[in-house]
Amino acid sequence: MAAPVTIPYARYSIESAQWWIGRALSALVARAGIKASDIDGLCVSSFTMGTDSGIGLTQHFGLCVRWLDTIPLGGASAIAALRKAARAVQAHDADIVACVAGDTNHVDSFRLTLENFSRFNQDAVYPYGAGGANASFALIARNYMRTYGVTREDVGRIAVAQRANALRNPHALMKTPLTIEQYLAARPISDPIHLFDCVMPCAGAEAFLVMRDETAASLGLPAARLLSTIERHNAFADDPMQVRGGWAMDVGELYAMAGVKPDDLDIVQTYDDYPVITMMQFEDLGFCNKGEGAAFVRQHDLTVDGDFPHNTSGGQLSAGQAGAAGAYLGLVEGLRQVLGEAGPTQVKDAKLGLASGFGMINYDRGLASGAVIFAGPAR
Amino acid sequence: MIDPIEPPRRKNPLLRTRLPASPPRARSRTSHGFTRAAAEGRFMLQRCEACGAFAYPAREACPACLSVDLAFVDAPRRGALLAETTARVPSDVYFRERAPWRIGLVKMDCGPTMVAHLHADCVEGAPVLMSFQLDKSGQAVAFARPEGETPNMADDRQWREMTADPKFRRVLVTNGRSLIGQEAVAALKAAGAKTVFVGVAEPWRPFAGEQLLRGQQGIELVTLDASDEKSVTDLAADIGGKVDILVNTTEYVRPGGLLDRRGTSIARDEIDQAYLGFINLAQAFGPAMRMRGADGVNSSAAWVNILSVHALANWPAFGAYSASQAACLSLSHCLRAELRPGGVKVLNLFTGPVDNEWFQTVPPPKVAPRAVAQAIMSGLRGGLEEMYVGDVAEEIRQRLAANPKAVERELDK
Repeated sequence: MAAPVTIPYARYSIESAQWWIGRALSALVARAGIKASDIDGLCVSSFTMGTDSGIGLTQHFGLCVRWLDTIPLGGASAIAALRKAARAVQAHDADIVACVAGDTNHVDSFRLTLENFSRFNQDAVYPYGAGGANASFALIARNYMRTYGVTREDVGRIAVAQRANALRNPHALMKTPLTIEQYLAARPISDPIHLFDCVMPCAGAEAFLVMRDETAASLGLPAARLLSTIERHNAFADDPMQVRGGWAMDVGELYAMAGVKPDDLDIVQTYDDYPVITMMQFEDLGFCNKGEGAAFVRQHDLTVDGDFPHNTSGGQLSAGQAGAAGAYLGLVEGLRQVLGEAGPTQVKDAKLGLASGFGMINYDRGLASGAVIFAGPAR
Repeated sequence: MIDPIEPPRRKNPLLRTRLPASPPRARSRTSHGFTRAAAEGRFMLQRCEACGAFAYPAREACPACLSVDLAFVDAPRRGALLAETTARVPSDVYFRERAPWRIGLVKMDCGPTMVAHLHADCVEGAPVLMSFQLDKSGQAVAFARPEGETPNMADDRQWREMTADPKFRRVLVTNGRSLIGQEAVAALKAAGAKTVFVGVAEPWRPFAGEQLLRGQQGIELVTLDASDEKSVTDLAADIGGKVDILVNTTEYVRPGGLLDRRGTSIARDEIDQAYLGFINLAQAFGPAMRMRGADGVNSSAAWVNILSVHALANWPAFGAYSASQAACLSLSHCLRAELRPGGVKVLNLFTGPVDNEWFQTVPPPKVAPRAVAQAIMSGLRGGLEEMYVGDVAEEIRQRLAANPKAVERELDK
């Protein structure tokens, strides 16, 4: 994995999703020092491309590819894209795959995305005034917090630490410090979800390249190696309410394949659409046992300089959620970290990273989950 | 526990009337199985004919065994509230105006988990009873209420959005001369209607039951001949802005079909009274009702038609009358669509022969006018769209579902 790029986010944009994706492709090519014609694989994710999918983009951007995918998995799109792209280059179906996600945010984009999200959502969630994921995640959060005795303050630690990280990231949309007092005093959105539990929808794009080791070497590109990855959909369907994601099914394989332990990781980038979902991932990804997420965040410092550097760019909570690019944000930042290119958010000597994805609250729970462990050239 | 709603204050004429907004309306075609259930006040879910598992939301194949044999069947209503939330800043205009709005996730005893609107007395962890209700966009939504009765239960703010409860509302009953009209007036008063306007054509002509209507608190006799366009528009000019529920009790029953009648004069009367009367009423009162669908506690809420069940299957002995009722039924669907942006419900009651003078020669069972009035009340309180009142109507409903040709042949006797 090489050439991680982020097109700085904007709260609102009058441009199209295609505009943002085009910027990301352009940045990829410039960053990698290749020609657009060198890209022979393309994987795209976006909520706001209208009637376009990957195929329309090939002509739009003048790309002639022999491998193409469009991944509509929301917050799990980046992990899924990476997995597919890695298989494609491994099998020589393609040599250089551009994985890109981008979305615009017009003043009514967010509402339109909600309205047209999925059939179950249309039939059985949206008519209840759920108004996006807030109410659905509020139900999950309330049940999780009650079941495991988690307080808002516990959850708030995650959001507060990410804000501290975001203040180092010049492109983060949130630019003012956040204290736990401010977090607790925020206005309720859908109890127990309060303002600072919510991401800010915005426009933006993220991308990276996937290629074989030898391709990266021949291009002289610094690259991170994919050590292991898992993906799971509609896991634990019999749980009456979601208290765990699909990671819990496959986490053993994730570490075994990579040959590392959770303690070995230098940086962790979870999918933080809500901090309570991040806490769930700390448990399901093996950093602590189920029900110990609150104790875990109390015992660790999640900031860039802390003992458990987490969502180092500020995550979606503080950098913004650029639609499907939100799925890429953690992985792209993680790649920068292990490549030593993270600049102001760089964690010292970061060599081994984990990024996770979570997406598609189709009805009462997030259905898609995935994770990846990757290593920088120094390891 | 919820406080009883207060009688609405007199409206300040200087203030703008809040216009109605509709909750999200889009549904999959299969999901309209719940619309049908809600229209009739039933609670139906899909159940797999192969493995017996209940499913929700609406599906095209069973999530337990992939059988495509999923039928909507009456289902057990009981469940437990797993978790609730109060949405305070929803993105949708309808809910934003009504926030805070409470919803929850209910685990049904029969299996599925349902997102539902919550009655204020629902408690996390406690049992609830589920129903499908028609919301202000006319679509089915799941609504959970406590298992037992609680004080002032029907006054719940979210429940009242789903219903057309007459309490504190002003109602026009279009024909006070009919027995059904008179029973409806009494039932509406008993249900807490603030004012019942009672239409009487040619009020100088005395009629039976008149003394029960005149001089009563909250009952106002008004001159109304539905078949006379000027009469209807004159009345609407007076009271059109304060009719929250309209109960169309227009009644014009004459025996006979086609061949044994001479000419079209009786048919013309039937059309004038029932069909054109309906049009006159709709044109005069409909627009204001549609505007006032979100106008507070006494917002406009419903239009009620009382139709012969023979609108659905012609009864040759009253063949032309049946046809006039079929015309009214068709028109009611048009009215329903046109009132929908205002969130105003159209409730159709289908009755068999009513126990009145025009069905004198018809053998029992016949429907007591009081039973029709009670059905109107329960339909309004439950927010229904279709009701079958009495044994004859219910039988024809079932037989039509089974074999409409058999109904046609057997009504010819």
